[in-house]
Amino acid sequence: MSFLSHLISGVSLGSIYAIIALGYTMVYGIAKMLNFAHGDVIMVGAYACFFIVSRYGMSPLLGVLLSVAVCTLLGILIERLAYKPLRAAPSLAVLITAIGISYLLQNSAQLLWTSNPKVFTSVVGAGSLKFAGGRLSISVTAIVTIVICAVIMLALTWFTGKTKMGKAMRACSEDKGAAQLMGINVNFTISMTFAIGSALAAIAGVLLCSAYPTLMPTTGSMPGIKAFTAAVFGGIGSIPGALLGGTLLGIIEIFGKAYISTQLSDAIVFAVLIIVLLVKPTGLLGTRIQEKV
Amino acid sequence: MRTTQKRNTWFTYALVIAAFAITQGFVQSGNITSTLKGQLVPICAYVVMAVSLNLTVGVLGELSLGHAGFMSVGAFSGVVACMSLADAIPSEPIRLVVGIVIGAVCAGLAGVLVGIPVLRLNGDYLAIVTLAFGEIIKNLINCLSVGVDARGLHFSFLSNASALNLGEGGKIIINGPMGISGIPKLSTFTAGFILILVTLFIVMNLVNSRAGRAIMALRDNRIAAESVGIPITKYKLMAFVTSAALAGAAGTLYALNFSTIVASKFNFNTSILILVYVVLGGLGNIWGSVVAATVLTILPEMLRGFNDYRMLLYAIVLILVMLATNNVRIRNTFHTLRGRFKKTSKEGASDEQ
Repeated sequence: MSFLSHLISGVSLGSIYAIIALGYTMVYGIAKMLNFAHGDVIMVGAYACFFIVSRYGMSPLLGVLLSVAVCTLLGILIERLAYKPLRAAPSLAVLITAIGISYLLQNSAQLLWTSNPKVFTSVVGAGSLKFAGGRLSISVTAIVTIVICAVIMLALTWFTGKTKMGKAMRACSEDKGAAQLMGINVNFTISMTFAIGSALAAIAGVLLCSAYPTLMPTTGSMPGIKAFTAAVFGGIGSIPGALLGGTLLGIIEIFGKAYISTQLSDAIVFAVLIIVLLVKPTGLLGTRIQEKV
Repeated sequence: MRTTQKRNTWFTYALVIAAFAITQGFVQSGNITSTLKGQLVPICAYVVMAVSLNLTVGVLGELSLGHAGFMSVGAFSGVVACMSLADAIPSEPIRLVVGIVIGAVCAGLAGVLVGIPVLRLNGDYLAIVTLAFGEIIKNLINCLSVGVDARGLHFSFLSNASALNLGEGGKIIINGPMGISGIPKLSTFTAGFILILVTLFIVMNLVNSRAGRAIMALRDNRIAAESVGIPITKYKLMAFVTSAALAGAAGTLYALNFSTIVASKFNFNTSILILVYVVLGGLGNIWGSVVAATVLTILPEMLRGFNDYRMLLYAIVLILVMLATNNVRIRNTFHTLRGRFKKTSKEGASDEQ
């Protein structure tokens, strides 16, 4: 029974990683950049929801929707101000700018809301469901997280596969120049990708803080790194890869904590990543790009 | 081409020596704030870190996000060596040198271990694996306890310091997640300056050698380099391990400047901080790394007047610098200006003849 409950909490943590990893993977696929500020957008989303629900006493659903709106705007704003002028710049310059944005968000949060940890009240309620005569208890948060992740995955698969915007995104990630020639507005498409990624980050932030209720300006950074790892693990640029990588990473982390050592759980996660990349250098679901000479 | 390289090399040495002389003058005359004085050795360590990372990122062309991991290995092994050899080597400067050499060797070994698997990968996958190794090293050191007694060094892993079975008069050096405390302050500004010169000597001679040209050929076009018979793994590993060993030396220097040191100090943020120095200084540009590391370490101190806002300002400065240096219009203006300047100086030269 304890195995099953660890598995479920692993999948639930993995679902959060997967939602964050989607943001990394979509932005990477289309803009070929590592958006290091993504983890801090999660933090902003969680703070937005915290203030709307706990301070102004609005309903949790409204809190989630508003925090999604805040993060979407933030994502578009960051893209417009910091990344768009660097479209033609070398990738390392964009990387450093992203790090600068990450510092900016973290330090602004520290100034505005101080570094004292805030206790986040779960937006889905703290109860838990009992199965098998009370031996297996699963928290509602875990179930809601897994369900939301599944819904997001299905929605995104439909979006990228069927809608005009989604097709435009895929076209841009294949070949920007050709996409532009076909009449796709590349800049608008990239902005949309950032908007979707940031909206997902807000949802991930709310879910993360519902499961682990301490909220600080640095809350987003470690999950951000882990989710980035998950995106690479599954093959960066691939949406099903993000789901697979995130879930596996969550399960490995929780199992490592439960059965091997709490202190070493991060080391185990990263060691598995390295082994996978050595066997399959482009991640689990990544496509191997043939090098042309 | 060769003369430009030579001029650059001498310019870098002159820059460092002049900076050292001026700073030393300020220190002697007492015209330096105590916070800045405390920053002198860390600045030296960061300069060495930046130059060594430039070897991996700028010269070899592989993004490394785990450079602080090697610094950590160097810091802990070097300090353990210095503290356990306290009785064997009474002279402090010699003990410092021994510590730095041991730190560099241990970090170099870690570099070999990490480099063999890592360097098979390419691009962002390589970057994420270096990040992973940095985090693993941090985690492992957090679980490690080391003590010394008359019988030698004792190690224990994943249990607390009491499992070390120390004999009488034994002392704990690394105490798990609490790290090392009571470190003797062996590092001096002069030692840091000498380490910078040694680093510059090693890196610039490597870059301007046959091996260095092979490494740069790998960076510019791996397939073309391979087709003319350059062994990829050998040269990649050479650059990577040299870089790791120098980072280890910097780590030892850094750690011996503080009384306590913990593994979590050398985390992902430290790796990123050093990467920022390298990119702002210019990839492959050695003296750029030196200047960027110095200025960006002093900058938060300079901004201390703004108190809480200083890290915010730091972030804004970082973003604006990146935007300005990559702005096409500003770049073009700069190039035209430079072109005009060169033309006039050439005309002046021909006039003289």
